[in-house]
Amino acid sequence: MKKMPLSQLSSLFSAISELETLYIPADDSASQAHFTPWTQGMELTRKGNTARSPKDLFFPQVEGLVNFKVSGKSIEILENRPENAPFVVFGVRACDCRSFYILDRVFLTEQKDTFYESRRKAATIVALACTRPAETCFCGSFGIDPTDPKGDVSCWIEEAFLYWRANTEKGQALTDKLPMLVSCDDLAVKAQQARTKEILRRLPIKLDLEGFDREHMLSLFNAPQWDSLSESCLGCGTCTFVCPTCQCYDVQEFNDGEKIRRFRCWDSCMYADFTLMSAGQPRPTQKERFRQRFMHKLCYFPNNNDGLFGCTGCGRCLQKCPIHMNIVKVANALKEVVK
Amino acid sequence: MQERLKKKAVELLKSGTVDRVLGWKSGEFFYDLTPAVFETAEEVERNFRFSPFSGANLSKYCIAESRKGGKVAVFLKPCDSFSFQQLCKEHRILRENVYILGVPCDGMCDVEKIRDAGCIGITEVREDGENLLAETLYGTVSLPRKQMLLERCAVCKSKRIVIFDELLGDQGEDIPSDRFREVERLEAMAPEERFTFWRSELSRCIRCNACRNVCPACSCEKCVFDNPQSGVQNKAPADPFEENLFHIIRAFHVAGRCTDCGECSRVCPQKIPLHLLNRKLIRDMNELYGPYQAGADMDSLPPMTAYTLDDAEPSIVYARGGK
Repeated sequence: MKKMPLSQLSSLFSAISELETLYIPADDSASQAHFTPWTQGMELTRKGNTARSPKDLFFPQVEGLVNFKVSGKSIEILENRPENAPFVVFGVRACDCRSFYILDRVFLTEQKDTFYESRRKAATIVALACTRPAETCFCGSFGIDPTDPKGDVSCWIEEAFLYWRANTEKGQALTDKLPMLVSCDDLAVKAQQARTKEILRRLPIKLDLEGFDREHMLSLFNAPQWDSLSESCLGCGTCTFVCPTCQCYDVQEFNDGEKIRRFRCWDSCMYADFTLMSAGQPRPTQKERFRQRFMHKLCYFPNNNDGLFGCTGCGRCLQKCPIHMNIVKVANALKEVVK
Repeated sequence: MQERLKKKAVELLKSGTVDRVLGWKSGEFFYDLTPAVFETAEEVERNFRFSPFSGANLSKYCIAESRKGGKVAVFLKPCDSFSFQQLCKEHRILRENVYILGVPCDGMCDVEKIRDAGCIGITEVREDGENLLAETLYGTVSLPRKQMLLERCAVCKSKRIVIFDELLGDQGEDIPSDRFREVERLEAMAPEERFTFWRSELSRCIRCNACRNVCPACSCEKCVFDNPQSGVQNKAPADPFEENLFHIIRAFHVAGRCTDCGECSRVCPQKIPLHLLNRKLIRDMNELYGPYQAGADMDSLPPMTAYTLDDAEPSIVYARGGK
């Protein structure tokens, strides 16, 4: 365990950013926190979670895949894959750390997604422990401990100090380059963790996901509850776009007749053209689209990934859904089906 | 008010006056109410909730609900009633299948504003005269109710319920509003400054389409942006030109039909002040064609539909100094 006075936070950020690009959660002009490249004078947000998740840094909403140049009957293929320089993400919360683990299961199994892989390799995650969870937080339901977040480095902000613990080789390599961090004991951190755990016990959402398994998959799929759960869904993409684990994408092209820019962009199962095929839309109404999202997170994904749920309890969909429908309401309503 | 609405919903369902009731359903917290259809008195008793967080405008749901057979009752606040009437005017709602319950409104609160005021872990909010008392995991916070209102409520233009079958409370009146103040501030900017403002605001757009999908004026069966053949991306800010133009095109498309219900800005997850685009057009139309409020009546011709020889020509932009 190492520590440094909090008053020197900007010199720490400055030292890191001299080594690599540094992203920190900072408030934007609408006072929402976002992971932003650090520049001199930028302050760490006082908010808990960012409005959008750090998924954006590894799996951006839009990224170029390849370009083509057409002249006459010939096509030239132009590789435009960027080199990913090493970067550091500071202030990632425990729920979002779990999201990388979930996304790795999708993108780093065969065939590997090399775009995602190169960013994961380039990144050092400096995680930050939570001390003031929101009412929408329920990471505990997925066995996540927000007082001990799993990154390359774990940090705690306690009173006037930043505590720092390297967890991986990458984390140690970064730590070794930061002389302002000095060794210390972990008593203050332990005390903070105990205090936060007391608050965690009082959080209102405790999700019980027993029975959301392969055995109940069909009865969950056919549950009559989907009708009322989905009836006021607007079919917008907010939940999927703020979600740290939603991973579906579409491949599209911009074609000006001469230059073709092929890119991929996030897709949303809530959209009418999601997985649209020549035969039509396999999920013709919002009910099927809505069901797909929650079945994926609560049933299909864990069935294929050793019981790992596709949700981290970050609470973003609870805060952002325009009609306040979310995974907690869905799971609670479906509880009757799996009883 | 909650009890009065609940009682009415139960009465209408029990008497068979209506088959369904469209209202708001309680959630995990006090603030996360979801628009919902209630089919039985028991469901109403169990889950119906009207509170300062019943902001969601239910009028757009009536397009589908009025076509499901039978009769549906809907609760409309004053500004919602403008949207409803506008949709009737556009022949989108089958009016005869809807029983409108007009609900007076003191302004709806915005949980995001409560969060922005520094409240974390909010578990309950109570009204305490002019204040809201927020119970949080970290103690009780008292906040001025006025400052926690949704933007559209802070500049409320009318307490009048323009279309209803039954009023649950007193009818209100149009009230003076300074809703154009922010538009005036933008108009006073130099063009470059204003351009920078909008580029910055719209650059946050993630193309979730929540603004379009919630908008009562956006009621096309299929949006042009959802046509994969259109050559335009509907789900990615793939090109700054497109993502900016999407909002501007949408504002123009709803011009003369937008009632300024403010749902676009309420639902934006990126807090883009989209209502300002609509308000700018409303203000311009008021100035160029005379005062007009979409949804205020069933009969008047909207300025974008009515043609007169005195209509402004496109060259008016020069006379107005680029505003």
